[in-house]
Parts: sequence; C-alpha cells; structure tokens
Amino acid sequence: MAHKETDVLIIGGGVTGTALARELSRYEVSVMLMEKEVDLAFGTSKANSGIVHSGIHDRPGTLKARLCVEGNRMYPQMAQELDFLYQNNGAVVVARQEDEIPALKRLMEQGQQNGVTGVRLIGRGELLALEPHLAPDLAAALVMPSGGIVIPFDLVYALAENAAANGVEIVLGTQVTDIQEEDGAFTVQATHIAGRTPRAAQAAQTIQAAQTAQTTVLPVETVRARYIVNAAGLHAGTVASMIGDDSISIHPRKGEEYLLDRRLAGFVRHTVFPLPTPVSKGILIIPTVEGNIMLGPTACATDSFDDYGTTAVGWREVFDYVRQLAPELKASDLITAFAGLRAASNHEDFIIGPSAVSQRFIHAAGMESPGLTAAPAAARLVCEHLQEAGLDLKPKKVFDPIRRVIRIRDLSASEQAQLMQQDAAYSKIVCRCEYVSEGEIRDAIRRGATTLDGVKLRTRSGMGRCQGGFCTPKIIGILSRELGLPPEKITKRGPGSPLLAGRLR
Amino acid sequence: MHEVNVDLLIVGAGPAGLAAAIAAAEAGAGEIVLVDRLAELGGILQQCIHNGFGLRFFKEELTGPEYAQRFMDKLADFPQIRIKAETMVIEIAPDQRVTRVTTVNARDGLVIYNAAAIILAMGCRERPRGAINTPGTRPAGIYTAGSAQRLMNVEGFLPGRRAVILGSGDIGLIMARRLTLEGIKVEAVVELMPYSSGLTRNIVQCLDDFGIPLYVGHTVTEIVGRDRVEGVVVAPVDSTRVPDQKRAFRIDCDTLVLSVGLIPENELSLQASVLLDQATGGPVVDSDYQTSVPGIFACGNVVHVHDLVDDVSEESIVAGRSAAAFVNSRRDERDLCDRRDRRDLCDRRDASSALSFSEHRPDAFIETKAGRNIRSIVPQKLRRDRPTVLYIRVANPEQDVVISAGGLRRKLRQVTPGETVRLTVAPEHCSEELQLTVTVEKSEA
Ligand SMILES: Cc1cc2nc3c(=O)[nH]c(=O)nc-3n(C[C@H](O)[C@H](O)[C@H](O)COP(=O)(O)OP(=O)(O)OC[C@H]3O[C@@H](n4cnc5c(N)ncnc54)[C@H](O)[C@@H]3O)c2cc1C
Ligand SMILES: Cc1cc2nc3c(=O)[nH]c(=O)nc-3n(C[C@H](O)[C@H](O)[C@H](O)COP(=O)(O)OP(=O)(O)OC[C@H]3O[C@@H](n4cnc5c(N)ncnc54)[C@H](O)[C@@H]3O)c2cc1C
Repeated sequence: MAHKETDVLIIGGGVTGTALARELSRYEVSVMLMEKEVDLAFGTSKANSGIVHSGIHDRPGTLKARLCVEGNRMYPQMAQELDFLYQNNGAVVVARQEDEIPALKRLMEQGQQNGVTGVRLIGRGELLALEPHLAPDLAAALVMPSGGIVIPFDLVYALAENAAANGVEIVLGTQVTDIQEEDGAFTVQATHIAGRTPRAAQAAQTIQAAQTAQTTVLPVETVRARYIVNAAGLHAGTVASMIGDDSISIHPRKGEEYLLDRRLAGFVRHTVFPLPTPVSKGILIIPTVEGNIMLGPTACATDSFDDYGTTAVGWREVFDYVRQLAPELKASDLITAFAGLRAASNHEDFIIGPSAVSQRFIHAAGMESPGLTAAPAAARLVCEHLQEAGLDLKPKKVFDPIRRVIRIRDLSASEQAQLMQQDAAYSKIVCRCEYVSEGEIRDAIRRGATTLDGVKLRTRSGMGRCQGGFCTPKIIGILSRELGLPPEKITKRGPGSPLLAGRLR
Repeated sequence: MHEVNVDLLIVGAGPAGLAAAIAAAEAGAGEIVLVDRLAELGGILQQCIHNGFGLRFFKEELTGPEYAQRFMDKLADFPQIRIKAETMVIEIAPDQRVTRVTTVNARDGLVIYNAAAIILAMGCRERPRGAINTPGTRPAGIYTAGSAQRLMNVEGFLPGRRAVILGSGDIGLIMARRLTLEGIKVEAVVELMPYSSGLTRNIVQCLDDFGIPLYVGHTVTEIVGRDRVEGVVVAPVDSTRVPDQKRAFRIDCDTLVLSVGLIPENELSLQASVLLDQATGGPVVDSDYQTSVPGIFACGNVVHVHDLVDDVSEESIVAGRSAAAFVNSRRDERDLCDRRDRRDLCDRRDASSALSFSEHRPDAFIETKAGRNIRSIVPQKLRRDRPTVLYIRVANPEQDVVISAGGLRRKLRQVTPGETVRLTVAPEHCSEELQLTVTVEKSEA
C-alpha cells in the first residue's frame, strides 16, 4: 500500500482540530486531518452549551483565561468570513441574594484581570428591564456584553469546509491506532472503521452487523507525517500514549442539556448564568442562535467514554434549578435532550504544547470548557508551537477565507423566490418545522454528510418540534439517491446505526 | 413571486380538507384551491391500510385509502376546485378583507393567494420522544408510530426486527398487529395509564390474537444502546405515574415505537392569530366551524384529535358549507359596494355568517363549559338558532354514567378518554343564559 505523506497530521475532527486545520490552511504546508467517526463534530463538539464565553470565569494566568478572551474576540470576523450561526447576544451572571453580590464583584475583578471589557454590575431593576422573564426577586447581575452564542457543529463544518477549500485533506471514518517516530518523521497506522471510505463503510453495514458489533475485517492505512497534533478530545490520553507519552489522562465529565421549543424565542436574550460553583459555571438558561431555549448542563463524572445517556435525575436537577431563575419555564416545552462529555484531564488547564517525548508532537488536549470559545486562539498557539519545532509557516499567496452556505429560512421572500426559480430543489420543503428544502439537504450531502445525523447537524432538518417524525423517511430517500446506496444501508451516524432493517417482503 | 385571488383556500387535503372542499363547492363557494404538501391527497388515511373506516359515514367498513378515494372520486365533478399537491403553506396572514396565504412548490416557487376565506385542515403531528422526556441514549431505531407506519405502508421498509411499543391507544395497537404481520417480533406494548385507551376490539384483534403482552401502568424509563436501540428498561408506575425503579426490568429490542399522543398542528393558526383552546390544542370554533378570526374556518384533527374519520367528514362538511356562505355574503357585499360606490355600506358587516364570534356581541353565542369529568368539548361556541353536534372527550374512564349537556341527558354504560361522545344539542337544551355545561355523573342505580 502506498504511503501518504503530509507535513502535519491533525488527529481529531472536533472544533479544536478543524479550527487548527483552517488556521494551517493559510500556509504553504500540507495538512491532513483524520477523524475516526464517519463525520466531523460527532464528539464533544456537537454536544455542548454553544456559548462563546466572555472569559470572566477562568482563573487569571491560565491558558483557559487567555485563549478564551482571545478566541471570543476572533468570533465576529470568523463568523462573517465563514457564515456559521453566531450571535453576540451578551451574557449575565445573576446573584440570587444580596449576600452573593460580593462574589459577583470578585468575578467582575477576575474578568477585568483577564482582559474582558465592558463588564458591569447592575441592580434588580435594570436586570428585569433587560430580561423581564427572570425571577423578580433576583438581587443583582453582571452583564458581559462580549458574551456570544454559536451553533457549535455549524462552526465545525464551516471551519472544515473552508480548510478543505484551501487544500487540507480530510479523512473520515479512520482511526489512528499506532504511531512510530523514526528519522525525523512519524509513521502513523490508521484503521477504517468498516470498509475503506465512509460510503463503503455504510454499504458494509447491515442490521446484523449492528448486533454482532465490530467483527468486520479492518483495512489499514499508513501515513507519514512530519508533525502531529493531538486534538483527539476524550481520547487524547490514548493518542499521547501511542508515542509513549503517558502524561495525559482524561476523566470524562458528563453534561446533560435540555432543549425547548422555538415558541420561546426571545424568552431571554442574554445567556443567563448563576454564580459559578467550584467545579462548574452552573446550570444556565441559554438562548440558541436558532431561537430555542436550552437548559443545562449538569456536571457529573463518569467512567465511560461513550455514556451519552440523559437521566431522570439530571432533568430534575436542571429543571428545578432554572425554575428558580425563571419561574415561567414549562416542562411541556421540552422537545429533546442530549448529553456531552467534557474531556476533563489530570491538568487543571488546557494542555497545549509539545509532548515531553517529541517536540514535533503537539498536544491540543484537555479542552474542556471554554474549549469551544478558545478553539480559534488555541489554533494560533499550536501554530506557534509547530514553528518552534521547526515547521516553516509561509503564508500562501492565495488563501480564500470565505465560505458560504444557502439557508432559505434566512432569505427574504423575494430572494427565496429568485433562488427557487433558478433551482426548484430549494422549493421542495422537506423539514416543515425548521423550513429546510431538499436543495439544502442535497448541498449538505455534497458538502460531506453521509448520515442522517450529518444532514441534521448541517441543515437542522429533524431538529424542530416534531424531531424528524415527518422528514426522516424523506431524508433517507435523498441520502440514498445522492450516495447511490439502497435506503436500508443509510445509517443514523455510521456503522452500527442502520435506520431500516430491510424491505417488506 | 406572483399573487392570485381566490374565493376559498383550504390548507390540507386529508379527509377534512377533501370533505370541506366538496361541501363548499356544492354550496357555490366559487373558485377553490385545495393545497397539500404531500404528493397524494388523503392525508394520514393513505398510510392507514387497515380496515375500520367509514362504518357510520358510508355504512361499510373501508380501509383508509378506500375511504379517501370516495372523496377524491367526487372531486372530479367540481372543476372549480383546483388541486395544488406537493405544495406547502408556509404563512397565513389575515389582511383587511382577505387572508394572504403564502405557498411554495417546485413548479411555481412562491405564490401568494389572497383568499376571501380559508379553511385550516392541517391535521396533527405525533408527540416525539423529547416531549415525553424518556431518559437514556439517542440511537437509531426510535420511531413514532406514524413514521413507522409510513415507512412500512408507503415506502415499503421494515423499521426493525424486534420492537417494543410505548402507548396502547388504537394507533399503538394497530401498529403492534401491523409489525407482527410483517415478521417483526413485538416484545411488548407498554402503557402508562392503568388501562388501554384503545377499543376493546383492537386489544383482542391486535394483541391477544398474537400473544403480545400488554403492560398497563408501566412506562419505559430508559432507552439503551449507543448506535442502534439494544433494549428498553420498563418499570411499573404508582398512582402519581412515578416509576418504581426497584421493579424495573429490561426488554431486549432493536426498535422502540412511540405512540404517545397527537398534537393538532397549529403553527399556521397561531401565525394567523387564531385563538386556541388549551384543552384541545386546536382553534376555538363556533357551530359553523369558524374560528376567532373572521373568514378563517377549521375542521378535522387540527381542531381536535378524532378517533373516527367519520366525525372528521361530518364536521368538515359543516365547515365547507359555512365557508361558502361566508364567501357568498362577502361577494354580495362587494357587489353592493361596486354598484353604489359606498364605502360605509362595505363596512357594515351584518350578514351573520360573515362575522366571527369574536366580532359578535357576547350573547350571540352560547359557550360550552366543561363540568365534572369532561376534558374537552368541540365546538366551543354554539349558535342559538339551530342544533349543533358536540364532540365530547372525558377526562377519566367511568362506568354507568349519565352525560348531560344543559337539559339533555343520556345514559352510557361506560365512557373512556379514548372514545369521544357525540351529542346533538338544540337551543332548547340550554337552561342557562349564556353557557351550556356538560358533565358526567354516576348514574343512580
Ligand atoms: C456539556 C458541555 C458543555 C460545554 N459548553 C461549552 C460552552 O458553552 N462554551 C465553550 O467554549 N466550551 C464548552 N464546552 C467545551 C467544548 O465543547 C469543548 O472544549 C470542545 O468541543 C472540544 O473540542 P475538541 O475538538 O477538542 O474535542 P472533540 O469535539 O471531542 O473532538 C475530538 C475528535 O477526535 C476524534 N478522535 C479521537 N480519537 C481519535 C483517533 N484515535 N483517531 C482519529 N480521531 C480520533 C474523536 O472522534 C472526536 O471527533 C462544553 C462541553 C460540554 C461537554
Ligand atoms: C394510525 C392511525 C390509525 C387510524 N385509524 C382509524 C380507524 O381505524 N378508523 C377511523 O375512523 N379513523 C382512524 N384514524 C383517524 C383518522 O384517520 C384521522 O382522524 C383523520 O385522518 C384526520 O383527518 P384530517 O384531514 O384532519 O388530518 P390528516 O389526515 O392528517 O390530513 C392533514 C393534511 O394536511 C396537510 N398539511 C398539513 N400542514 C400543511 C401545510 N402547511 N401545507 C400543506 N399541507 C399541509 C398534510 O399533508 C395532510 O395531508 C386513524 C389515525 C391514525 C393516525
């Protein structure tokens, strides 16, 4: 088998890996990103609170504090260039009683030390004028005007598409299993989850395989890389140990999030935080860019690296808590729930920098919150480490920072009419709840979606109040047509998750 | 983008929209546009290939598609009904004297219809898993009953091999049989309430005949499986519906079918500022099936969830006729205006069918009121000048009762939330001045 060669291999296709891929695509270097799942953003980067934090929460002097504030400042321009769903809505931290106000003030000072600008303390009256649906008996609040919100998977796809447009090679469904360093380069072994390409991976899948998991024979791929960046999220410890670096151990901490109907759009404008606890930023009320309200997250240590279940206990904790901040919230508005795993590590801070074993192996690990916010700044920091290790980063003559996508729901009626005239696929509405057309779904597939979840995360179809009841059969049909696969081979999120068991006799 | 003027536009061509269109055409409504987002007319009926439709309306037992076909055949007699299939209504906005309806389809792109009247007949959607907040993972293999039914009966696919069904209303029961007949092993039907809300005949024919266990007073407390469903955890619930985890047990399966309720699809109605009834989830309507917004009528599952399609057809005929009367009275007014060029006359809207209950004096209608053990009543506002058929849903099952609506009383051996009670009340039954209270009482002896 012919070896592939690359200057930099990024392991992990979450926000950390894709932000770095895009950053590196500005330079005259070859870059490959490898992701074990059949699509990008299938790890922690799809299941989080989606907050672009201001940076007041982190201890001064840490990478978390520095990169959060830097990352936050990069978002507005990045959103303009890449057309992902971002909004600078501002955030508030509320004090429930008078005796919590000193803690608010300490938080404000910490923010100032971190370089967060515009933070101010407001009283009950002003808070209620800003957010009339909050409990009338809250004592005071901090306002952080730089706080924002983002649809995190939308960000990941935008970063990756722009990186790919600028020359980065993205390899999906391929898990790095072994790394050997020799002659100033790494030889990396990777296995395809099931079959050579994501398409074949799906073709190989049947419902029987779902029941007798992981029995497929796995072909192997070898890549020669001069530099490696470990952005493997929850599995960063495992990847580090492949070069004999045992300094990282990850201890997943689960966070459950609960999503409410878009009927509540505008219920709160700011992201609403309580005072932080020693272990977390607390349970929040989060407006999403698409107009939903999200409640969460919980914070609960787990031994498992793939325990994404939500729990009755988690829901009670979240709902009972947020009701104290906003008593009007109703359980009947719930449309779905999910859980994400924070890659908490044995280090208190992000782990960004060269491995003690090899200078050309850079960690971008331990990326718990505010890892999403920090990602673009972390990418720059990793580039600095790569340069220190000897990689020559010469800017490309041609780098196109722009990426665009069609979302008909964001167009005016006349723009829609015009688009529909040019291409009738945009006038076939597939998802009625979120108003997504067949044209957008087709585009998403051509941009890389191979599964129902991949389509859903890129287009929002199936994310609304009926949760795919209406559009799922249609999306299976479009995936089948576009990928040239029979419908029974279409999966929810890759091998092991077929949607159908076969045809009726 | 172009605009078209029509007399009547109907949103949804399920049994409700079909019956309303035909009734309106027969009553001389003029130019009618019937819109549905699906390629085939007939709504949910097209996927209900079982028997049990039309016993009252046609006095024979038909399948869903057969029932729909009877109405579709009749459409051919009315060239004034224009059919827009694969066309989605995306916005409804009441304007001065018309309602503006924005539609989209692949052939015409965006089109705005200015309709003198419209009928809402959008049906309902199913409650998804999130709405019942079942803990656990989010693997492939969780389907609502309607999606599973559509996948099988319309698309021709098997959703899985071993299923558990949550919810034992008629839809859940019928799906148990349907899955079994296609070789899918139905491990259990699980029901939160202490009883099934389905018809006894369906429990016998769909479960007992196939030996499928029914767990009443149980619920699914966890979904297990990372990529595809691997099983569900089931536990008994106490009288406050809290599960007893100590008595929980696991059932292995690869599919969970949810049949946990239908929600009238009223996003468009809300957009049009139509007043909704909390109890039904649908528009408040009067005896003519006119809503709180003049010129907007509603019928079928969008108003309240029906167990029988016969009731849908019956009320939709009323809605269609009333909408025609509305259109015609508006047309008369307009003719008057055109002739005399007198604006004051145009604005004098006294033709009663052209007024919504929200515009009338409060005493023009009798309001229905839910008394003991009543969950919902449709219509909510009764006309004083003629009898109205009431569709009544009770809150709890009860044996040997008397149901009364004002002065009207009827003995019933049993009532259950799963079966609507149909009562025709006349003005003389109204003992109170402005309202008619419906109650269920234990019958003495
Ligand atoms: C509940 C919750 C809420 C959060 N809220 C916020 C917030 O509001 N704001 C914020 O800034 N941050 C937040 N975070 C943190 C944020 O989500 C993370 O910091 C960020 O998503 C981490 O991205 P990542 O790319 O490092 O990891 P991931 O997204 O997990 O990506 C790592 C990828 O590496 C792949 N991989 C692993 N091993 C291999 C291998 N051997 N070969 C190939 N690929 C491999 C994985 O499949 C995965 O896709 C939250 C986190 C959680 C859990
Ligand atoms: C599984 C199941 C089994 C049943 N079994 C029986 C039985 O055995 N016997 C019996 O009598 N009854 C039965 N029923 C009940 C009966 O079928 C329904 O009450 C009836 O179909 C409701 O009619 P409808 O026209 O109001 O709604 P629907 O049939 O749901 O039609 C609504 C139509 O509106 C369209 N629509 C909605 N929104 C839009 C929009 N924005 N733009 C364009 N079009 C739109 C939809 O595409 C749909 O075609 C059953 C129902 C189900 C779901």
